[in-house]
Amino acid sequence: MASDMTTPILDALSASEAAILSSEAFPSTPSLSIKSALDRLASRSMVEYETIDKEVVVLTDEGEEIATNGSHEAKVFEAVVAALDGLKIGDLPGIVGKDNAKIGQGNAFKRGWIKKDKDVLRATTHSIVDETRELLLTVKRTQALDDQKAVTDLKRRKLIALQKVISFKISKGPKFAREFVKEETDLTAEMLANGSWKTAQLKPYNFKAKGALTPSGALHPLNKVRQEFRNIFFEMGFEEMPTNRFVETGFWNFDALFVPQQHPARDLQDTFYISDPAKADPPREDPLDDPHRLKSAQPASSKATTEKALDYKGYWDNVRQVHESGKYGSIGYRYPWSADESLRLVLRTHTTSVSTYVLHKLAANPRPARYFSIDRVFRNEAVDATHLAEFHQVEGVIADFGLTLGGLIGFMEVFFAKMGIHQLRFKPAYNPYTEPSMEIFGYHEGLGKWVEIGNSGMFRPEMLEPMGLPKDMRVYGWGLSLERPTMIKYGVSNIRELLGHKVDLNFVETNPAVRLEKD
Amino acid sequence: MPTIAVDKAALFKELGREYTTEEFDELCFEFGIELDEDTTNSDRPIVNGQQEPPQLKIEIPANRYDMLCFEGIALNLNIFLGRKSYPNYKLVEPSNGELQTLIVKEDTTKIRPYVSGAVLRNFKFDQARYESFIALQDKLHQNLARQRTLVSIGTHDLDTIKGPFTYEALPPKDIRFVPLNQTQEMNGEELMAFYDKDRHLGKYLHIIRDSPVYPVIYDSNRVVCSLPPIINGDHSKITLDTKNIFIEITALDKTKLEIVNKIMVTMFSQYTSEPFTIEPIRIVSEHNGETRTVPDLSPRVTQAEVSYINQCCGLNLSPSEICNLLKKMSYNAKPSATSADLIDVDIPATRADVLHQCDIMEDVAIAYGFNSLPRAFPNISGTVAQPLPINKLSDILRVEAAMAGWSEVLPLILCSHDENFGWLNRKDDGNTAVKLANPKTLEFQVVRTSLLPGLLKTIRENKHHAVPIKIFEVSDVAFKDLSLERKSRNERHFAAAWYGKSSGFEVVHGLLDRVMAMLKTAFITGEEGLENPAVTDSQYWIEELDDPTYFPGHAANIHVRINGKDHVIGSFGILHPTVLEKYELKYPVSTVEFNLEVFL
Repeated sequence: MASDMTTPILDALSASEAAILSSEAFPSTPSLSIKSALDRLASRSMVEYETIDKEVVVLTDEGEEIATNGSHEAKVFEAVVAALDGLKIGDLPGIVGKDNAKIGQGNAFKRGWIKKDKDVLRATTHSIVDETRELLLTVKRTQALDDQKAVTDLKRRKLIALQKVISFKISKGPKFAREFVKEETDLTAEMLANGSWKTAQLKPYNFKAKGALTPSGALHPLNKVRQEFRNIFFEMGFEEMPTNRFVETGFWNFDALFVPQQHPARDLQDTFYISDPAKADPPREDPLDDPHRLKSAQPASSKATTEKALDYKGYWDNVRQVHESGKYGSIGYRYPWSADESLRLVLRTHTTSVSTYVLHKLAANPRPARYFSIDRVFRNEAVDATHLAEFHQVEGVIADFGLTLGGLIGFMEVFFAKMGIHQLRFKPAYNPYTEPSMEIFGYHEGLGKWVEIGNSGMFRPEMLEPMGLPKDMRVYGWGLSLERPTMIKYGVSNIRELLGHKVDLNFVETNPAVRLEKD
Repeated sequence: MPTIAVDKAALFKELGREYTTEEFDELCFEFGIELDEDTTNSDRPIVNGQQEPPQLKIEIPANRYDMLCFEGIALNLNIFLGRKSYPNYKLVEPSNGELQTLIVKEDTTKIRPYVSGAVLRNFKFDQARYESFIALQDKLHQNLARQRTLVSIGTHDLDTIKGPFTYEALPPKDIRFVPLNQTQEMNGEELMAFYDKDRHLGKYLHIIRDSPVYPVIYDSNRVVCSLPPIINGDHSKITLDTKNIFIEITALDKTKLEIVNKIMVTMFSQYTSEPFTIEPIRIVSEHNGETRTVPDLSPRVTQAEVSYINQCCGLNLSPSEICNLLKKMSYNAKPSATSADLIDVDIPATRADVLHQCDIMEDVAIAYGFNSLPRAFPNISGTVAQPLPINKLSDILRVEAAMAGWSEVLPLILCSHDENFGWLNRKDDGNTAVKLANPKTLEFQVVRTSLLPGLLKTIRENKHHAVPIKIFEVSDVAFKDLSLERKSRNERHFAAAWYGKSSGFEVVHGLLDRVMAMLKTAFITGEEGLENPAVTDSQYWIEELDDPTYFPGHAANIHVRINGKDHVIGSFGILHPTVLEKYELKYPVSTVEFNLEVFL
């Protein structure tokens, strides 16, 4: 690094009324050193400057040699003149050198300076003008040459070269001063202590750069979306269900939901069965010391203030009958129902198994209730960009008397509006445990089309009445995956980039806060 | 959901008008089926030098077996649009009054006990009808019949065979016939070998293969009609020239057997010389009391409550308005003569999906239009929101860990047996992990009993990330627990892992200290001593641990004392280099994992 040019520049400026040119004031200083000094001075408004880009002509080493000592042909001419009686051709290289002899002889002939007389060379004139040398001397003096033909010719002969030169036109700035005060990089405790902050000049802050990277932890993006959903449920008066139970029985996961035992969802292709432990027990009361036993904050309704004891055996029998021979006004599926099938252990395929468990508990004291859960479910699916063997199910349940289908639609409008989806429509669908069943479609502004965003319905009497819930209690249920709306909202095309060990930690750490109603 | 491809031009001809793709999509949406694809503008395959005509691919709800073919879709949409009324299907006995008879032998109870069937007389096939006839059987086999296990259908040219027919169960060697589209006669055993590698039939062989007897249907001349549920005989095969069709159906499930029979005959009886007529057959099955005449096409007669329908739909319709709406959904309904709150409903034979009055109620809502129903926010009953306690506790730790500079990860809950045990230098005692019976890959063999495999796999997949990597997870693991109904239980764990150029042992130790402090649990040994004498009910300390998961001398158990009760809730330490090697990790890793449930 060349020496600091700030002082020389300030000195030169103060000695001059007008602007100065760096090429004149500091002809031998590299332009980079000048520029860095100028930038420092300019950022403090002490100077102003313009950059001048100029192309100059300079001599090559060979051109320099010719400018000093004359061209090849001039040297040949002088040698010939010097030999008063003509110069033997064979002697020429010995006198002027091989290169000069070869190039200079031809050029001297062309210019008519010498002629050949048998094997000797003789001058045809007394004096010559060495044009090449003259041209090169002009270049050396002015760094320019007006005659473009000559430039081309000399360039071809590699006697001159074109070069870019940067120089600066420098003038005083509004805060010009002779002295450049030394700057502090930062305000320090020491400066506060010794009072030097009063006179110290702080290096200007670069407002175009980012600040220092702040070390930070992060919550997982999918869990941030989950928290938004939980907040929506809490805002709407929902109690969270105990979904901390991955292993379920065929009974709770399927039979109690009126899913027939030959239903394709129960295939090995779709459901993970458990090999160890081997078999479940029929439904029964949870252990009294189970810390996750439901403790509803809900005050008991005035309708029924005492809890009925739940009859698990009766529930089991009711479920069997409603499948096998029909009950509660249903003709049932009319097939031989297998207890063994019901006691097979599975990884829950939906959290609706837990909703069923909670609704059965509600039968002890049927009253209006709202429940939700968001937790992992398992499907024995082939893994691809949109399917994993695990994903999160968001589920909501509302139990009340006199609920209508229009109420479910009205509720969905409020629920989905809270996450920024304002246009909904509903398609009749089939689901073994809801009737009516409605697929919920939301209009996606970005995609410009209707997108399926969830499933909903009213639970079938064949599911509710075996529990002991009263006939006039209706229960809405709806569900959606947590991953799908997240993928749509945030443009994630592969579910493996969102859930599982292949998720990029940089994605976790840089994902912005989730605001479903705005995003 | 099954997807049915129908000829677009033919369907619109049946529906009496052209639809744009959007219009037809809308119609499907309102009815509750789904237009999956209109192939008009797609590259369509060229078959026999002719490009396949444009098709509509329509998804049908899994319980609408009456819409699994062109005929059913056209019929139901026409009724919905009010262009047609539900056909009056008639059973017509042959002119000589003698029904075809199928005699069931008792041995069939050993393999496939039930049989049914029917005859379609004076039938007229064309290419499209023939293809639809075959396709419907295929769809029924795949869906309702669960890949032919529960029900299977055989159809025959009745003029090539002669009743009475017998349904028998015989040893495979004793059954000899030429299977459909073959030239070689073979017995049951040879047939199994012959079709073993067959792409189409191979997957059905297991249904009867190992049985000592195979089900078989013979005509009166001992011609094999079919070997259910595998294949028909070649002798009686249907051609485009077939006039009289004999349908036989065998099953394990009586209910589904009759559903399949009703669907088959109703869908195609429109192509008989007198449309919508079906010739019943006589089943003689004395041994199990199943002697009867089939099919029974009479509607199921039931009643539905007007108040229930109105209340669920949020409507105030008169009984006759409800009855009119139900017509659009193929029902025949009229206000009951006995009660103003009841309607008498005939559920057509084809609507096997209607089980309860809630199904009738739904059809009223569909006919009315889901999107036309009066919308209202449901009455707010005073419910109280509350989080699940263990989730609330987890959230406290999640936020504390993130505030301490750690990043949350969300690996999978299922993992391989090795990842959960061997790779962590842990032994499977057989009483710990829940194991899966039917995973498709080795990645999913057990439900994790520790959060460590997921954390370590996450680091393995993130080696491009700057070190140190500091990650955590708060989530459930599961254990076998034979004392419980479901023989297993979840347990909420907290775990974190450090990956960097140095071990990070003190760093995870520091994180443990931090989360314990946030849980108002005081450290009770070490230099700090008992810092806060006010905290007396919850304390923790650590004790050196000898565990092959960890580097010797650099691991500790985490002990807590809550309300005077001591628990070992987890451990932390530098992972053993052999663990790192298994997880392909090049830098040292320290981890902490503990059970959160004691803090509930």
